[in-house]
Amino acid sequence: MKLSYFPGCTLKNHAKNFEDSAICALDKLGVEVQELHRWNCCGTVFSFATDDLIHHVAPIRNLIRVKEQESDRVMTLCAMCYNTLKRANERLKNDPESLERINDFMYKEEVKYEGDVSVFHLLEFLKEEIKFENLANKVVKPIKNLKVASYYGCLLVRPKEIGFDDMENPVILDNLMEALGADPIDFPYKTECCAAYQTVDKPQIVADRTYHILTSAQEQGAEVVVVSCPLCAFNLDTRQKETVKKYPDFKNIPILYFTQILAIALGCPEESLRLDLHYIDPKPILKEKQLI
Amino acid sequence: MRVNISKKRIRAPFIQKVEELSGQNLMVCYQCGKCSAGCPAVEEMDILPNMIIRFAQLGLKEELLKSNAIWVCASCLTCNSRCPKGINIAEVIEAIRQILLRKREDHVKVEKLTDKEKGDVPPIALISNFRKFTS
Repeated sequence: MKLSYFPGCTLKNHAKNFEDSAICALDKLGVEVQELHRWNCCGTVFSFATDDLIHHVAPIRNLIRVKEQESDRVMTLCAMCYNTLKRANERLKNDPESLERINDFMYKEEVKYEGDVSVFHLLEFLKEEIKFENLANKVVKPIKNLKVASYYGCLLVRPKEIGFDDMENPVILDNLMEALGADPIDFPYKTECCAAYQTVDKPQIVADRTYHILTSAQEQGAEVVVVSCPLCAFNLDTRQKETVKKYPDFKNIPILYFTQILAIALGCPEESLRLDLHYIDPKPILKEKQLI
Repeated sequence: MRVNISKKRIRAPFIQKVEELSGQNLMVCYQCGKCSAGCPAVEEMDILPNMIIRFAQLGLKEELLKSNAIWVCASCLTCNSRCPKGINIAEVIEAIRQILLRKREDHVKVEKLTDKEKGDVPPIALISNFRKFTS
């Protein structure tokens, strides 16, 4: 099976561990990932203002690239890309007049966008098409004795119209971790915002959130936290540096992409995990559990 | 705080603009406070999300435009998901930000960020920050 894939900006640098582990895991499942040619930035945030059509051009242009690949659907890994592409798509599918205008903006494109591409996230694909029970049968290295807290953040589940799990109590990542043999840990801060892009100009707010989110997971016994968003990953991982300075009682905890756990379970080589890209080194705990 | 209410302020173009840009009917809010109860950013806010809606209902333009709360909100949409009246509070806050940004009153001054501040964070952080906080 082949899947059109939109990587987004950060999967090519800071979050290369996310991309490499996902591609290797999908390969183990017999899925070939076809990166869109000439993809551009999705815009990272969906434009809320009712009159702001111009900022929907970037996400929609990527959907034209999907059509050019003779596909009618595109997969994302990054939660922000997922949210922005999907929301822009839904917004314009339901508003033919605005869609017409967007197409006018992109008059140089050879293909017209007609709302005929669907956007989905890797997690949805694993749940709906591969199915977790089949995935469990493909596990070659069960994630034994590892207590994993799944952090969902905002953009996979909100707003309801595009979220693929319960807004208040999502479980899709927990179910995936369980299928891979891990011990999922529930914790109350799993959908609490990490403060996202405030990390640029107000890093102290992120340090506060990181403290509350990760301490809550640790209190429930978590040994690692998994995420699906490169911005959450940065805030929860790298900002632990600021967190420890502000809260001396804070204890570091490794942050992993769910695809890294998936790749380990499916027998991907360690190189595909790119464990060198983490601020808090996950290698000691993974070695202790004999996972690498 | 003492608030003077007048028809003129409530029907001011500013409030109409907030409603237009957000696509929300501010008057349906009955101040239950669920938005503020769930908001993870209230600790850093000078006025809370339910107060933002109330101030907008009353036409308190200056109080809204000078608040720090509109810049602390990260559009996580917890407020929207919990509003029993279906108001998209995050969109209302966005509308107030937009009114300032469209006058080129940027919240983040890109030229003042140090190379370290820019270099330490991933592209996704910079782009989303500039999309939300600059014109």
